Amino acid sequence: MSNFSPGFHGRTHRFEGRLPPGQYPTESFPVLSAGPTPHVPTEDWSFTVTAEQGRARRWDWEEMMSLPQEEVTVDIHCVTRWSKFDTVWRGVSVDTFLDGVETTADFAVAHGEGGYTTNLPLEDLRGGKAWLVHTYDGFPLSPEHGGPVRLLVPHLYFWKSAKWVTGLSLTLQDEPGFWEAAGYHNYGDPWREQRAWSD
Amino acid sequence: MSAWHSARLVGRREQSRTGRTLLFDVPGWPGHLAGQHVDVRLSADDGYRAVRSYSLAAPARGTGIELGVQTVPGGEVSPYLAHELPVGAEVEVRGPLGGWFVWRPGQEDPVLLVAGGCGIVPLMGMVRSHRLEGSRAPMRLVYSVRDPGQVWYREELTTGTGAAAASRILYTRQAPPGSSRPPGHIGAGDLLPPEGAGRLPVLCFVCGPTGFVEHAAGLLSAAGHAPDRIRTERFG
Repeated sequence: MSNFSPGFHGRTHRFEGRLPPGQYPTESFPVLSAGPTPHVPTEDWSFTVTAEQGRARRWDWEEMMSLPQEEVTVDIHCVTRWSKFDTVWRGVSVDTFLDGVETTADFAVAHGEGGYTTNLPLEDLRGGKAWLVHTYDGFPLSPEHGGPVRLLVPHLYFWKSAKWVTGLSLTLQDEPGFWEAAGYHNYGDPWREQRAWSD
Repeated sequence: MSAWHSARLVGRREQSRTGRTLLFDVPGWPGHLAGQHVDVRLSADDGYRAVRSYSLAAPARGTGIELGVQTVPGGEVSPYLAHELPVGAEVEVRGPLGGWFVWRPGQEDPVLLVAGGCGIVPLMGMVRSHRLEGSRAPMRLVYSVRDPGQVWYREELTTGTGAAAASRILYTRQAPPGSSRPPGHIGAGDLLPPEGAGRLPVLCFVCGPTGFVEHAAGLLSAAGHAPDRIRTERFG
């Protein structure tokens, strides 16, 4: 019997292999945002990919909805330690938006309504690993969860899945985003528990 | 930042039916800013560990820190911390954490703190830091609870000085006898800037359950506060 939390037993079911270190499973869907929730009507929404030489391609809501749609079921992991299994989303693969974009960039910055930014290596957005999603669990994605459209990058901590996503800038240099500049890890792999700068 | 410290429980106080103040001594604690939180790690005898985040409710007293714990029914960690962890026993803590939802005593901007339920905990840290530092920034706390039995820090908020004296407690379901405001959800008229703010832009901190924060932050936006002056922290 140690003197650390004597008498603590924890859950009987431990989710081995599915729960990254330091996480716990939740049935609810907590919301984490740094500020008030923007309410963006779909008719005002657009998404712009800007390559490093400044060349831009833009999609409005209807153009995005006419692209090939995918349904994905993934586990998501928030740096505040909750994980949620088997979340079901519908949207467009980021590969589809990047198809035909000329770039030699290694990095990307995702932009969200209200000035939110988060940075990722471009390869983490390619190869069927990331989507722009507009539907959660069969319903339109609500504003507090990032609707009308958010980025979904489930293999990284969820702050990388920018809410209210409006654009993607492809960059030659890595440019830390909002939380990354505020002390959170630059890459954010849940399985290596990369929560803070020093992890 | 990522080191785990041993933290010894030195006191526990009841705040409400479901809320507890926990006082820990953390040798080597580096100090923290109002609004920050810590991760608390519990270990079972078989090596299993569980970690949750809890807000710091007061400025550090040397190596002493104060956390607020709201019991979640059926929760894995909060009922143990609130009821079972013996005084004198240890847990591990990591922190301080968080760099956005913080108030620094040097800031002179008027501050409006908006708490829903146990969202009071980090905001109480700001009220106490404001008093301890003798800050001249106008500060006001608006604190929304279901009923009188749910008020944390009651004595301090009703008889205190400084920013605590300027606090206002609102009741959504049941108000104490003699209240001039009928029970109801927080409204635009409840979210006035602190006395002395004049026309200066106010810095707002909103903390509580998701629905409360969405509602209150929406009211503040509608009242003309710029989105980048409204900092939020949502629970559950």
